[in-house]
Amino acid sequence: MLEIKNVVASINGVKILKGTSLTIKPGEVHAVMGPNGSGKSTLSKLVSGHPDVEIESGDILFNGESILDDDPDIRALKGVFMAFQYPVEVPGVQNGSFLRMAYNAKRKYKGLDEVDPMDFEELIQEKLKWVGMNESFLDRPLNQGFSGGEKKRNEILQLAVLEPMLSILDETDSGLDIDALRTVSEAVNRMITKERSFLVITHYQRLLNHIVPDVVHIFSEGKIIKTGDKTLALEVEEKGYDWLLQPVS
Amino acid sequence: MKNESVLSKKKIQEMADTSYKYGFKTDIESETAPKGLSEEVIRMISKKKNEPEFMLKFRLKALKHLSKMTEPEWSNLKYPKVDLQDISYYSEPKVKKKLDSLDDVDPEILRTFEKLGIPLTEQKKLANVAVDAIFDSVSVATTFKDKLLKVGVIFCPFSEALEKYPDIVKKYLGTVVPHTDNYFACVNAAAFTEGSFVYIPKDTLCPMELSTYFRINTEETGQFERTLIVCEDNSYVSYLEGCTAPQFDTNQLHAAVVELVALDNAEIKYSTVQNWYAGDPVTGKGGIYNFVTKRGKCQGKKSKISWTQIETGSAITWKYPGCVLIGEGSIGEFYSVALTTHNQQADTGTKMIHIGKNTKSTIISKGISAGKSQNTYRGLVQMNKSAKGADNFTQCDSMLIGDKCGAHTFPYIDVRNASSTLGHEAATVKVTDEQLFYFQQRGISAEDALTTIVNGFCKDVFKKLPTEFAVEATQLLGLRLEESVG
Repeated sequence: MLEIKNVVASINGVKILKGTSLTIKPGEVHAVMGPNGSGKSTLSKLVSGHPDVEIESGDILFNGESILDDDPDIRALKGVFMAFQYPVEVPGVQNGSFLRMAYNAKRKYKGLDEVDPMDFEELIQEKLKWVGMNESFLDRPLNQGFSGGEKKRNEILQLAVLEPMLSILDETDSGLDIDALRTVSEAVNRMITKERSFLVITHYQRLLNHIVPDVVHIFSEGKIIKTGDKTLALEVEEKGYDWLLQPVS
Repeated sequence: MKNESVLSKKKIQEMADTSYKYGFKTDIESETAPKGLSEEVIRMISKKKNEPEFMLKFRLKALKHLSKMTEPEWSNLKYPKVDLQDISYYSEPKVKKKLDSLDDVDPEILRTFEKLGIPLTEQKKLANVAVDAIFDSVSVATTFKDKLLKVGVIFCPFSEALEKYPDIVKKYLGTVVPHTDNYFACVNAAAFTEGSFVYIPKDTLCPMELSTYFRINTEETGQFERTLIVCEDNSYVSYLEGCTAPQFDTNQLHAAVVELVALDNAEIKYSTVQNWYAGDPVTGKGGIYNFVTKRGKCQGKKSKISWTQIETGSAITWKYPGCVLIGEGSIGEFYSVALTTHNQQADTGTKMIHIGKNTKSTIISKGISAGKSQNTYRGLVQMNKSAKGADNFTQCDSMLIGDKCGAHTFPYIDVRNASSTLGHEAATVKVTDEQLFYFQQRGISAEDALTTIVNGFCKDVFKKLPTEFAVEATQLLGLRLEESVG
């Protein structure tokens, strides 16, 4: 599904990714953990094609093809989705019409007819329930005045409606209380199939109690320093990161 | 190597190549007056139009007054002074004098309007909109004229009104915008050539939208049209004007005057979709100087005049459609979207003059600046001593796209009595790269994202447009934005 091959990249002239490699197969859930400032979020920006990321070397393959030359919208249409850590507020644009616009962009890309507002409303009812929101949620301006929890629920609603092949969750747990964390995790779990892959970026282990990863990577200083199964996350929870950060002689 | 930026180079190039789609010129023979403004030229225009004596006097009085005036310099606009002697004031397509049927109209001109999306022929004309099409200095066709006359509604070219209804014209001409009002209104009073005339009799609701479509075709010709709309007691009309011009390297002057009169309980809704040629996107050469005076007089009790304008074109826009609220309980409204891109400049807003008791006005202005453009809102709210209990609400918002453009706001508030209320809100927002990226990450292109964000910003104004034109205005804005990104 996704192959990040030895990428060196910087933001505003500061080198952040220093030879990152990561392979995610269809149906796998990967978690990336690491201390603050390790470059975890840059990883999500890299894959989604954020303009701030400057790539010096390496490649990113999505379903076997390089997506380095694709605009962010093309990558999204090909199936890359990122749930933002800080979703941006867009006054004047209705949450529901934004969602339908994104949905229709995807349908158009697949050569399908666009759906009208009536049909769309019907088809998202169930997904709204998944994230524990009601219809009035759709009438509000996009992310404007949303609480931290509402913003995250909205990201997951978009994920559920757009059904991407690869979903990157960038610190989705931050700012969520326990109940919201459970709701959001359950929604994500419903989305997991044999075809879809997930990359969960998080600071804390607690999210991984709800969304159980197949593979856990520890990220530090712009590269993956250790890879293991879900027990690695528990180990980090217990011991902190420091023991992993000792320079290897 | 850089992650593809929000807008790739290739796309920017593609967008830059989407040029002004109305920029073509129609090759027809036309008769154009020699350049310059003089008594001789004015007598010639008046004679060509077969005008009544009072009209010629009106023009000459204005010309005399003009010699005492100078071009104003208070605006937030930069441009070389207009040389009134370097403009031709009259140009007419060489066609038969009387246009009784469309068969007499040069087919080239009909094709021109068709290309602009304004079909005039019987089979193709727009279903619910009566159109007066003006090409340079003359009206070429007015649709549904007879059908409207059956209910007493007069909708015809100004010159025809002077011929057929001189008394009504004489009664109202210059009563809202006198020739002494300002420099460009004075030029217009002296030299105006065509325009539309609308008269809605008592107790009549105009059964369809009325629309005038202006087209400047000849280079170095100015367009000076004059529109007069009179609504008698308990009547209603919704009127829309649209305009385009070919691409020329020289600047063309458009100095129009619009006068509206609403009597007791009458309502006039006046909408403008302005898309004059804005000049070359790169060099800034050419484009229309849009210096227009528009004013409505709410003379009757509980009368209402509302201006809605979508300003997207012209090199320079300088206009303040306003309302003089005389009748008790009368209402003035101003809804505006002004978009400037590339090198465009706009200094626009409104004037609400409250004179009568319990008069009310609402101002919603949305200015969007992109490229290197400068966008200014300038608005006056004046509450006279007599305007007891008057009320105004103003909201003027600015949106910036990119970091080379400017937005400016100059509200003037003048209250002379203690019982009036006033509310003023203003906000400036910037379209951020993060917003565009958010849309893109959901599979929506940067261009569509920008259009959606801007439309969202403007929706309070768009919903005031007649439905027939709301879609067109949205598309036009999208098109102008596409040209501008980059």
